[in-house]
Amino acid sequence: MANPTIPDEAEVRAMWGTFAWTLANAAQAKVIIARYPAGRQRSAIMPLLDLAQRQVGAETSTQGWLPISVIEYVAAQLDMPFMRALEVASFYTMFNLAPVGRFHVQVCGTTPCMLRGSDDVMTACKNKGLNKGKTTPDGLFTLTEVECMGNCSSAPMVQINDDNYEDLDYDRMTAILEALAEGKQPKAGTQEPGRHTVEPLGGPTTLQDMVTANYDYRGEWTA
Amino acid sequence: MTLSDKDRIFTNLYGYQDWGLEAAQARGDWDATKALMAAGQDAIIDVVKASGLRGRGGAGFPTGLKWSFMPKNPTPEHPNFLVINADESEPGSCKDREILRHDPHKLIEGALLAGFAMRARAAYIYIRGEYIREAEVMFAAVAQAYDAGLLGKNACKSGYDFDVFVHRGAGAYICGEETAMIESLEGKKGQPRLKPPFPAGAGLYGCPTTVNNVESIAVVPAILRRGALWFSSFGREGNKGTKLFQISGHVDKPCVVEEEMSIPFRELIEKHCGGIRGGWDNLLAVIPGGSSVPLVPAADIMDAPMDFDGLKAVGSGLGTAAVIVMDKSTDIVRAISRLSYFYKHESCGQCTPCREGTGWMWRVMERLRTGEADLSEIDLLQQVTKQVEGHTICALGDAAAWPIQGLIKHFRPELERRIAERAGGEMLEAAE
Repeated sequence: MANPTIPDEAEVRAMWGTFAWTLANAAQAKVIIARYPAGRQRSAIMPLLDLAQRQVGAETSTQGWLPISVIEYVAAQLDMPFMRALEVASFYTMFNLAPVGRFHVQVCGTTPCMLRGSDDVMTACKNKGLNKGKTTPDGLFTLTEVECMGNCSSAPMVQINDDNYEDLDYDRMTAILEALAEGKQPKAGTQEPGRHTVEPLGGPTTLQDMVTANYDYRGEWTA
Repeated sequence: MTLSDKDRIFTNLYGYQDWGLEAAQARGDWDATKALMAAGQDAIIDVVKASGLRGRGGAGFPTGLKWSFMPKNPTPEHPNFLVINADESEPGSCKDREILRHDPHKLIEGALLAGFAMRARAAYIYIRGEYIREAEVMFAAVAQAYDAGLLGKNACKSGYDFDVFVHRGAGAYICGEETAMIESLEGKKGQPRLKPPFPAGAGLYGCPTTVNNVESIAVVPAILRRGALWFSSFGREGNKGTKLFQISGHVDKPCVVEEEMSIPFRELIEKHCGGIRGGWDNLLAVIPGGSSVPLVPAADIMDAPMDFDGLKAVGSGLGTAAVIVMDKSTDIVRAISRLSYFYKHESCGQCTPCREGTGWMWRVMERLRTGEADLSEIDLLQQVTKQVEGHTICALGDAAAWPIQGLIKHFRPELERRIAERAGGEMLEAAE
């Protein structure tokens, strides 16, 4: 959860009290619920809250958040008490209980990223006017320091909405924030020139045949 | 002993080639899966047992043995379930991500074979919430498998009905603990359950359940195709097979790489990572298995075999084989203190020793980092870690305690130096 300031409930209800799925999301909700056995529809709470947060995001041009009345709507759909749904929404960090900006900048600060320079990534954010736990006045960026995101061999990294940007340093992070502010979509994944994903920089030390062709190793298997 | 490419299981590890079904089949996935199943359920479990495969999620429990705990005659009202743990969140770990996004069909085929062997009716793949793009690939790959008749009714024309569902989490490290994962799948907060009952008796929806790591499941098709002897020809006794190592931190070229189990640390780093930044004399310490295992000082790790027993012998563990390398420029106290903050953040809040202890330990670690602590606080912290360890429902309390214990054991002089230095500075100020 990014910013702990939950807006006034009366205002939220006035704005979100009539929340309902879009046609596409109503269909998607059905698909999600069908993944779980009959009578176990409550299992769908996390994917449905995610879907709802994305819909709120689409309607507000932000990453989205979960107003109380939206959580009530989702809970009712799964026939579960509101409090159980709120428990889930408040337990998991990816559910925003307060509004966030257009881009949710989540910088990993855990040890593997720290060792590779996440302090510089944080400084780059700070020098672009982003402050931890806050949204910029233009509503563009919300900055959060997050815990290990599982990109440790291409650290340091940041997740911005749905995409990861890896192998960062001060200049690369600055460039990404500038591109986003200008309405451009930076290339996701590693920012290291010449690196594909998580192979050693300069080219893989193993499986080199796979670089250029979909190599089938079965011919070399011995019994 | 050098692992050659033909014996590597995850050939598309780096994603140079397409992850889709057609390309995966051209690499050998889903090849005569029906025939593998025809060997029979118990025969599959026997092969996995004989291969020596130990769980790749950290604990290293023998996989085949785990499967054999599942009831042999489940009923439709009370089916068996397989839950695949793709909630990769242990700091340093980043291997399952590569399987999910680059080789998803290895995992799906493994799910069918493992699920069939343990007589499960369905598998749920629980992917951590932050793996958004990776989950998109998995959803698409599972859809491909259904369209091709590889999953669902009469999967692979084997006569066996099996479903695979993908479930995305929403950001909680603790859901990597198997009973917390089950709670989360049921639509609750991810708070671990007391054991017993163990999941094999009462797990998901109260039904018998086995929870396996992504890598453990994804290597199963290769083991069945090439035989137990092939897999067990790699690694030392009790530590068999190939393994995805994930090297991060102060090496020249961090990477993920599949190697033979038991490869010496020095060889792993020299061969794939271009060596330690600044040379081997610049190595300070290594956390060899993800944040939950104690650090190992340079001298002890250099020639240690990277496997379960080899790392146990140097007072640590293989964990997920997430190797975090730290050179002499590292503020080692800050590095461990940051892990303490991680555990404080991720404690689910259920057990008092962990909920209160992780925050307390982090605050004292910060005092040690700056040197403002008193000398006696080092022993006090050590004592408190012992009071948290072993007194919680799950292992998160232990995981929070061990890195600190490792730090005190190996770097006590550094902690004392900081305290003395700061006290000295204050004395000087007072004298002036």
